[in-house]
Amino acid sequence: MLQKIGHRYLTLIVLAAIVAVLPAIFPSSYYFRVASLVWVSALAAIGLNVLMGQAGFFGIGAYAVAIGPAHFGIPPWAALLIGCVISGVLAYLVGRPILRLKGHYLAIATLGLGVLVALVLTTESRWTGGPDGMPVAKLVLFGWRVSGSDTWYWITGGLLVLGTWLALNLNDTPTGRAFRALHDSEVAARVAGIDVARFKLQAFVIAAVYASVAGSALALMNGFINPDQAGFLHSVELVTMVVLGGLGSVVGSIVGAAVLITLPQVLTVFQEYEHLLLGFIIIVSMIFMRDGIVPTLSRALARRTQS
Amino acid sequence: MPEFVQFLISGLTVGAVYALVALGFTLVYNASDVVNFAQGEFVMLGGMVTVFLTAAGVPLPLAAVLAVCVSVIVGLLLYWLAIEPARDASPVTLIIITIGASILLRGAAQILFDKQFHKLPSISGDTPVHLLGATVQPQSFWVLGGTAAIVILLYVFLERTVIGKAVLATAANRLAARLVGINTATVMALAFGGSAAIGAIAGILITPITLTSYDVGTMLALKGFAAAMLGGMGNPIGAVAGGLLLGLLEAFGVGYISSTYKDAFAFIVILLVLFAMPQGLFGRRTVERV
Repeated sequence: MLQKIGHRYLTLIVLAAIVAVLPAIFPSSYYFRVASLVWVSALAAIGLNVLMGQAGFFGIGAYAVAIGPAHFGIPPWAALLIGCVISGVLAYLVGRPILRLKGHYLAIATLGLGVLVALVLTTESRWTGGPDGMPVAKLVLFGWRVSGSDTWYWITGGLLVLGTWLALNLNDTPTGRAFRALHDSEVAARVAGIDVARFKLQAFVIAAVYASVAGSALALMNGFINPDQAGFLHSVELVTMVVLGGLGSVVGSIVGAAVLITLPQVLTVFQEYEHLLLGFIIIVSMIFMRDGIVPTLSRALARRTQS
Repeated sequence: MPEFVQFLISGLTVGAVYALVALGFTLVYNASDVVNFAQGEFVMLGGMVTVFLTAAGVPLPLAAVLAVCVSVIVGLLLYWLAIEPARDASPVTLIIITIGASILLRGAAQILFDKQFHKLPSISGDTPVHLLGATVQPQSFWVLGGTAAIVILLYVFLERTVIGKAVLATAANRLAARLVGINTATVMALAFGGSAAIGAIAGILITPITLTSYDVGTMLALKGFAAAMLGGMGNPIGAVAGGLLLGLLEAFGVGYISSTYKDAFAFIVILLVLFAMPQGLFGRRTVERV
């Protein structure tokens, strides 16, 4: 096996290589779009760690780039940053009381938070266009109007590589080690002198900012946004990606996103049987790969190389 | 005053359905530690199967009984085909399996039935009853009465029968229950079947008031789960209280404050309650063993 440090850069290099090489085999712009959706979802899912309700922050990021330019004349890139700040501050404020909760109580509290955000977005139609959603102005960077599915492919792919790099780097700092200790055993972490509440809050805020950036990117790419992106079902979808891919690993989140975004696209050929098959595939893969796709496969691979 | 009674009764009626969904969550959770997000789909199945059987000419009472049977079979299949094979997986994996099951059931309902909204005839007609100045649909009494009957039956079953006591023993400590000779697999199957029956009955009772369609299960699962949390997970009395409270919060919020933020009141109160009481209203304080 490779050394841990080497492994870290290997992940990043492989990811960057995949992002760089995929366009060569894409027959049409439709593939660029689907791949961009995978990158965006993966970015939103990276920060996720059993805490659900992530779609709320995704929605805040998405609506920031929609409302900022439309109502306040703020340039989209600045609106994206404002979205990050709002998401981060909101996560910080509600994180303190929410993160005292455990297990399912924590899940319902974050889900509830997401539902509240979605409700505000649906109801305040003066600002958000209500349930029908609203158009999003094109991103303009230094006079260059960003458009086209291949352009957005490179932007979202770049964001994902950048996000992965930051996440992997974080893993090797004292903060990252504290996060992993928390993930393994909260009590042991506390005994080792880790300020559990502080690091949990940090992780929550970071996850919120990731989701916010992903939301902004999706809104700018689609040129349109509706409250479903902040809704309960989207939260559930993001959690499913993470668990399906493998909890607690960056690669797992990306693989899970890839599967859950491309699968419905493939299944559309089965038309009305689409949801039936999607549910079936989720059940079967969770039964046979209960730790998620990436951990199960890498364990199988390790066993192969040993024998 | 008439206004107050009106909101009270509509809140209790909707709350009764939340309570039954929450009760289903609790039953399954206690027996198996699984949070079954497909719980709402049983409510959908109860309503939809009854609608389509009556449309095919089956008399309503028979259609209702058959709908409950169909839901119970689906509940048992869910346990045997999806939960049992992944028995020793982590709780979050099991949750995703039940989410997959709920997507699958919704997909199946979409094909077998349709995407329209459907209504059932009220059991005692649609002539409103006047009560303390409020106008009440007679079906509300059926919902409230049915919920009360289910809660009492469940209580008697759990406290007075040997099988019921086996369920309680499994809930308290699965390993110890197995050691004294209780077949915990049967108990878990029973819990899934029972929660499916409770959900289906809730669906049949509420359909004349709120209508049903293939996708009503998602929101009901979320509300039922929230109600169970509000009451304290694993506590049947808490589940019923949480459900009724949630229904009342929604009704009074809509009636006195604003109808657009209906779901917001419920979740704000849930967040506040959990901040103050992290184990829910009736939850036990648990001591974590390390």
